[in-house]
Amino acid sequence: MQYTIQVNGAPRPVDVDGETPLLWVLRDTLDLKGTKFGCGAAQCGACTVHMNGVPIRACQTPIASVGTAAITTIEAIGETKVGQNIQAAWIALDVPQCGYCQAGQIMSATALITRVPAPTDHDINEAMSGNVCRCATYTRIRAAIKQAADAGRA
Amino acid sequence: MLARRNFLKASLAAGGGLLLTATLPTLAKAATLGHAGPDAVTLNAYVRIAPDGRVTITAKNPEVGQGIKIMLPMLIAEELDVAWADVQIEQADLDPRYPAQVAGGSTATPVNWLPLRQVGAAGRQMLIAAAAAEWGVPATTCTTAAGQVMHAASGRSLSYGALATKAATQPVPDLKTLTLKDPKSFTIIGKPTRNIEVPRIVTGQPMFGIDVSVPGMLYAVFQKCDAHGGRLVSSNVADIRKLPGVRAAFEVKGGTDLRGLLDGVAVVADSWWQANRARQQLQINWDEGDIAGQNSADFAATAVRMSKGRPETILRKDGDVNEAFGRAAHVVEATYHYPFLSHMDLEPQNCTASYADGKLEIWAPTQNPAPGSKLVSATLGIPESAIKVHMVRAGGGFGRRLSNDYMVEAAWISKVVGAPVKVLWTREDDMRHDFYRPAGTHFFKGGVDANGNLLALADHFVTFSQDGVIANSADMGPTEFPARMIEHLEFGASMIPLRAPTGPMRAPRSNGLGFAFQSFLDELAHAGGRDPVDFALNLLGKPRLLPDPPGPRAGPGFDTGRMAGVIRLVAEKSGWGREKLPAGTGMGLGYYFSHLGYFAEIVKATVNATGAITVDKVWVAGDIGRQIINPLNAENQAQGSALDGIGQALGQGLHLEGAKVVEGNFDTVLPLRMRQAPPVEVHFLVTDHPPTGLGEPALPPALPALTNAIFAATGKRIRSLPLKDHDLSTTA
Ligand code: FES
Ligand code: FES
Repeated sequence: MQYTIQVNGAPRPVDVDGETPLLWVLRDTLDLKGTKFGCGAAQCGACTVHMNGVPIRACQTPIASVGTAAITTIEAIGETKVGQNIQAAWIALDVPQCGYCQAGQIMSATALITRVPAPTDHDINEAMSGNVCRCATYTRIRAAIKQAADAGRA
Repeated sequence: MLARRNFLKASLAAGGGLLLTATLPTLAKAATLGHAGPDAVTLNAYVRIAPDGRVTITAKNPEVGQGIKIMLPMLIAEELDVAWADVQIEQADLDPRYPAQVAGGSTATPVNWLPLRQVGAAGRQMLIAAAAAEWGVPATTCTTAAGQVMHAASGRSLSYGALATKAATQPVPDLKTLTLKDPKSFTIIGKPTRNIEVPRIVTGQPMFGIDVSVPGMLYAVFQKCDAHGGRLVSSNVADIRKLPGVRAAFEVKGGTDLRGLLDGVAVVADSWWQANRARQQLQINWDEGDIAGQNSADFAATAVRMSKGRPETILRKDGDVNEAFGRAAHVVEATYHYPFLSHMDLEPQNCTASYADGKLEIWAPTQNPAPGSKLVSATLGIPESAIKVHMVRAGGGFGRRLSNDYMVEAAWISKVVGAPVKVLWTREDDMRHDFYRPAGTHFFKGGVDANGNLLALADHFVTFSQDGVIANSADMGPTEFPARMIEHLEFGASMIPLRAPTGPMRAPRSNGLGFAFQSFLDELAHAGGRDPVDFALNLLGKPRLLPDPPGPRAGPGFDTGRMAGVIRLVAEKSGWGREKLPAGTGMGLGYYFSHLGYFAEIVKATVNATGAITVDKVWVAGDIGRQIINPLNAENQAQGSALDGIGQALGQGLHLEGAKVVEGNFDTVLPLRMRQAPPVEVHFLVTDHPPTGLGEPALPPALPALTNAIFAATGKRIRSLPLKDHDLSTTA
């Protein structure tokens, strides 16, 4: 089946089975490898992307359901001010260990700060608990979200 | 003592400049990996100084998130005396000239600490010699800083870049004559240094094994028998070939070694999704072999039965425990159990291989590439000289990637289809085909005297065997704490035959033993009415070094003073015993020595009426010697290790049924999540001992610190993990 989806601001035609999860279309068809596979079951958040600004699990999103929604991936998150602040805070605080979960963490964190410019610990817990970090860098993820939020309000 | 000659070579780099190649005997040995002697391991370093002043250092070890890719070059750059900003790091491939390319056992720091600094110092000395010759002044009158050689008397200076080509012709200094920097003048070591990969990570650049892309690459899945070691009888593989996108589907006849290529069915398709979807139509008849008794419930019953008899093996016998129990004021008997665990690397196992014309190229996210190359060579019948292994960043290791089963699968499948192939496992594959942290059951008996001092302790450890010998990482040594602290002690072990393969996981052995022993010691402290910190310090006694018994795993011994030091520090930082905690809140202590590191941790936890656990805070105190090489990474590793332990204790455990692992994904084995993750405060006690690693030793104390805190909060003693299987509610 032919689909044209909107990825990072550009129309991208793809020819795949309609049930193919967006995750594999991004990674293997469009060669956008920043979005990761961790569980395939909506349990880890490694595959988090934005659909019209809302974080979704790409492993659970069939391509046929995407329609004309705007999909944003980690490769383009730096084009927004919030995304830049998040990336800068992640670098400044040296958040990652293995780094594998961090694309998903950054997508969830960006959506959070966009929605709630000054998130509380409770907001962070709610927004980030779907993203597993096996290396358990949670202490720094939390600090980096706060630092990025402060930078956005400065 | 060092039989092998030091070997440091300088040559002209391609394009000009200095190339340093070093092969040095290691002066510290990796006790936990059991190397035979101080000069059994050599290691190499390659350093290039270009005419434009750029310094390139190859990172020879695999990077799995432990920060090694920058830590080893920091050692060289410090003594070379260059600005860290001018250093570029290149990841090496698997190369026979680098004999110890392994990430495991927290060994990289002790093994590399001295030799890599010597490499840097030698380079610096040659650059000085080149400058001194240029200026016609004595080398002793020259100094260096940030990639420059200076001559203060004449005010002259030359950059390393300008000197590099000339330095290449200078005689190579004798390592014995090198002077290393006074640590007070370090400009790189000990300074918080950021991971150079983070800018690429936060922008989603392809860098992990799963991201590898090779022209013409196909995607594969490989279905094995979930009953470990089962044999393939027949399958409907012919039907699978007709499914959309499928390019090939075939049966594989593997061997019996669970670390090698196993029986299974490979499905190769244009996309991974198609391959995995086609696989769901597979019907395979397996010969599962003898699965009798390979169930968690049977293991538990067998352990109890074994505990009633004498241990099969006596691991240690000091004094007379029975006599001592007879005169003890309090005797406690308790059974502790910890479950099988999967490593759960967030990046599922994968590997890309490309076979053509008798040659094989492999991209592997592995912790241990050398045995992988050997395994592929032996299985495919290709000489190792025709195999090239690229080490790719791994999305977590934790010991899982010390095995290379995914590597031989990718190589085999690529050879059969004659095209480059990426094999990628699902999470379920990953959890059901792991080399598990072995479960263990400890039948303890302990006695304390009227003053609450430990008098005697006995442990009958029921563990697992595989093919008649102790299963990998399922053993216990004769020096397990509190051995050597008390007069009367007996350790024995019995083994249950196990089909599922086991292997090292972050802080192997210690990750389970720490929970069992530290919980039981806490139980004994309370039985005798003693404060656990007090009890621990009293048990450790006066500061002394207890040498390890001779053997392949002998290390520098156990220093009771260093253990006591971190216990005191963590008690002080956490405010232990200084404030009255509200009802339902408690603090617990755990302390443990492993991988040459001394760690004590205190957890504060609250349990509410419904039984929900909140981990309020963790304090970590560690002694890993006189120098924290990269404090920024050290804190991250210590926090991650402690939280890893907390996550295991709260929600992780696997069950076996019919020789198969029941759980398959994160809905039943629960990784720690943000809402559960407490703040972790890390303190290092700097002592005058050689620096050691920290990817592992901060983990073991976290689990018992948490369960001991729960006891303090609720009066309920947790004797098995995970906590999610316990009902801690008080409302019912
Ligand atoms: S891969 Fe989608 S949530 Fe884990
Ligand atoms: S940094 Fe490794 S999983 Fe998060």
